[in-house]
Amino acid sequence: MISLCHSACRPLAACSILLALHCNGAMSAMAAPSGTSSAATYSTPTSVTITSTAQSLDLSIGYLELLQPRPPLLSNVIPEPTDSGLQGARLGIDDNNAGGRFLGQHYQLREQRSPDLSVLLDQARLWQNAGVQLLIVNLPADALLQLSKQFPANEVLLFNIGAADNVLRSGPCRSNLLHTLPSRAMLTDALGQWLTSKRLKNWFLVHGQRPEDLAYRDSLQRSAKRFGSRISESKAWSFSTDLRRAAQREVPLFTQASDYDVLVVSDEPGDFGEYLLYNSWLPRPVVGTQGLTPVGWHRVVEQWGAAQLQSRFQQRAGRWMNSNDYAAWIALRSIGEAVAELNHGDPDSVRRHLLNDAFQLAGYKGRKLSYRSWNGQLRQPIPLIHPRALVSQSPQEGFLHPRNELDSLGFDQPESQCQNLISGAVL
Amino acid sequence: MKLFTNIHAVALATSCLTLSALSVTGVALAVPSAQAATAYVSNEKDNSISLIDLDSLEVVDTIEVGQRPRGITFNADFTQLYICASDDDRVQVLDIRSRKIVDELPSGEDPEQFALHPDGQHLYIANEEDALVTVVDIPSRQVVAQIEVGVEPEGMAISPDGTLAINSSETTSMLHWIDTQSLQLVHNTRVDQRPRHIEFTQDGSRFWASSEIGGSVAVVDVASRAIIHTLRFQIRGVHSDKIQPVGIKLSADGRLAYIALGPANHIAVVDAQSFKILDYLLVGRRVWHMAFSPDEKLLLTTNGISGDVSVIDVERRKVVKSIRVGRYPWGLAVKP
Repeated sequence: MISLCHSACRPLAACSILLALHCNGAMSAMAAPSGTSSAATYSTPTSVTITSTAQSLDLSIGYLELLQPRPPLLSNVIPEPTDSGLQGARLGIDDNNAGGRFLGQHYQLREQRSPDLSVLLDQARLWQNAGVQLLIVNLPADALLQLSKQFPANEVLLFNIGAADNVLRSGPCRSNLLHTLPSRAMLTDALGQWLTSKRLKNWFLVHGQRPEDLAYRDSLQRSAKRFGSRISESKAWSFSTDLRRAAQREVPLFTQASDYDVLVVSDEPGDFGEYLLYNSWLPRPVVGTQGLTPVGWHRVVEQWGAAQLQSRFQQRAGRWMNSNDYAAWIALRSIGEAVAELNHGDPDSVRRHLLNDAFQLAGYKGRKLSYRSWNGQLRQPIPLIHPRALVSQSPQEGFLHPRNELDSLGFDQPESQCQNLISGAVL
Repeated sequence: MKLFTNIHAVALATSCLTLSALSVTGVALAVPSAQAATAYVSNEKDNSISLIDLDSLEVVDTIEVGQRPRGITFNADFTQLYICASDDDRVQVLDIRSRKIVDELPSGEDPEQFALHPDGQHLYIANEEDALVTVVDIPSRQVVAQIEVGVEPEGMAISPDGTLAINSSETTSMLHWIDTQSLQLVHNTRVDQRPRHIEFTQDGSRFWASSEIGGSVAVVDVASRAIIHTLRFQIRGVHSDKIQPVGIKLSADGRLAYIALGPANHIAVVDAQSFKILDYLLVGRRVWHMAFSPDEKLLLTTNGISGDVSVIDVERRKVVKSIRVGRYPWGLAVKP
């Protein structure tokens, strides 16, 4: 199965099968809402307000987040926001309402954040009884699965915006679970493609010891194999020294090796990785969780109209939009597009609409986004950034795929044990 | 006629270069003319307007304007050019004779595109960051109405008889129909993702609207308010996701339509009656908008990423020249 994908994703393959996407974006027309106030004269500015039609739809969407303790970190100079994801969901509601008012559709966000998982699980049940069946979920993988298993198939639809775990996308997949956050595999594949296109194929891998660091390391190893790179050194970071003072002395010794093209780092929480830059034994670029970083979203993304989204977010949240915010926002926009077509929010219908091949969504990433029918993952280009600029965006030119180049990132159909979620059988 | 023969000569001289946007320099192009038409090009990331003489096909002047100029349009007698200075939140008025900014109009926040009502007095401005269409009375410099539309309003067009304004909202994926008498929304049409530009036919019976991410162009019948056709495009060797229609131009005789396909770097030539796609012309990178020369013998395109303007010989459907302008050329308007 792997070899199948290998040939499909090989760079510069002569393969030129380009299947046109037949997005017969169902178009419809609707009358304008009545009750608009009139601009009677040409003398004063008039704001025309729109009220909804008689057949209005009120849709509540839940937001669940497990508040987790943050470990002490060495590179803690710039604090992380405490409302990642939530602010994106709020903006998504705003954007949906701005369009929904022309269709008589109104969206509302119910929020529940707690350090106690049982509170969240109970809340989800209460919501379900009250008809809140579409949930934006910011939970770690195990908690997410627990939540997913709590509901019978097709009664609640969950959007994962917090867990990048590959295992959620490679199987077994849950049919009531869609992922708008890129998987780790998508991130490391995006990086792996870029490194291959730059011919930086001899990697020195440095990883932390936390479970998420090991998961990112595993994902890097998968990407190296996929795109023909070699990991010539792999070392675990185990120092307890305060690198803020000692990086210049410690890091060169740690990164001593005969030769490597690039230092690849796996340090998800951001403990030591920042101190590798400019301190490596050989003067080599640092990529991975620090240095050149693959992300779902970042402030430096401004092409394709993204500047507008960035500025709307900044105005609403008073800070920069990050990958969790984007995942929550695009989940809400997915719901908004589905409901605009369906004119109701039944979770199973929304799920089928989103997983259908004809679904298309604009997300400021330069091409239309859609969901993978086999594992519910949102297909999306991955920006590669450094803290002040966009460096590139994967998929890289030349990494072809018989169906959709975006499927050269992450778990392609032959690699995933999950099959067609549309049938809804996997539970 | 003179222009045509000149173009012919250039095309012959470069007929072997067909792979990329053509750059012909050092070719003596034209006899100077006292009344050459001039193309005005807004350079989004240079805060300037480039002036191209349409006889010589050379840049003859560059004028500093406000921040992030995008949409540009002339007044009826071509004495003034209105410029959306998006990051200055205003519309600037450029005096054509003196080539100086002589006035500024209120515009609402982040004006991107606009349309001048046939009465010559009212500008309809899409305010990208505010989900509003702002209507400005030019003589009194007053905002006369702000109409709420969907998220990220972009395209703006007014029917030739002046009764109907159409605005597109990118994130909401709708075309909003505004009655210019009552200044109220009267209808909304959902189209494919990220609608951009709107262009009315000369008789006002239809308009064409592009959807950038949806990769399509909808042709809408005004009387029935129905989409009568949806155009899709296929270019050999270009992934369908990269075919992202933005600018639209319709020939005055109603026979042909030209669609700028963004990062696909091509212009589609379409039979405007049968909707058959006749040809794809390779131009510069990320092609945004277009304008005809007054005699419609030339079609100019702004190419954002390559920072140039491609010149198409309309009759022969050939790109005959590319002209370097400022950074990120966006809007185009031609003064006869």
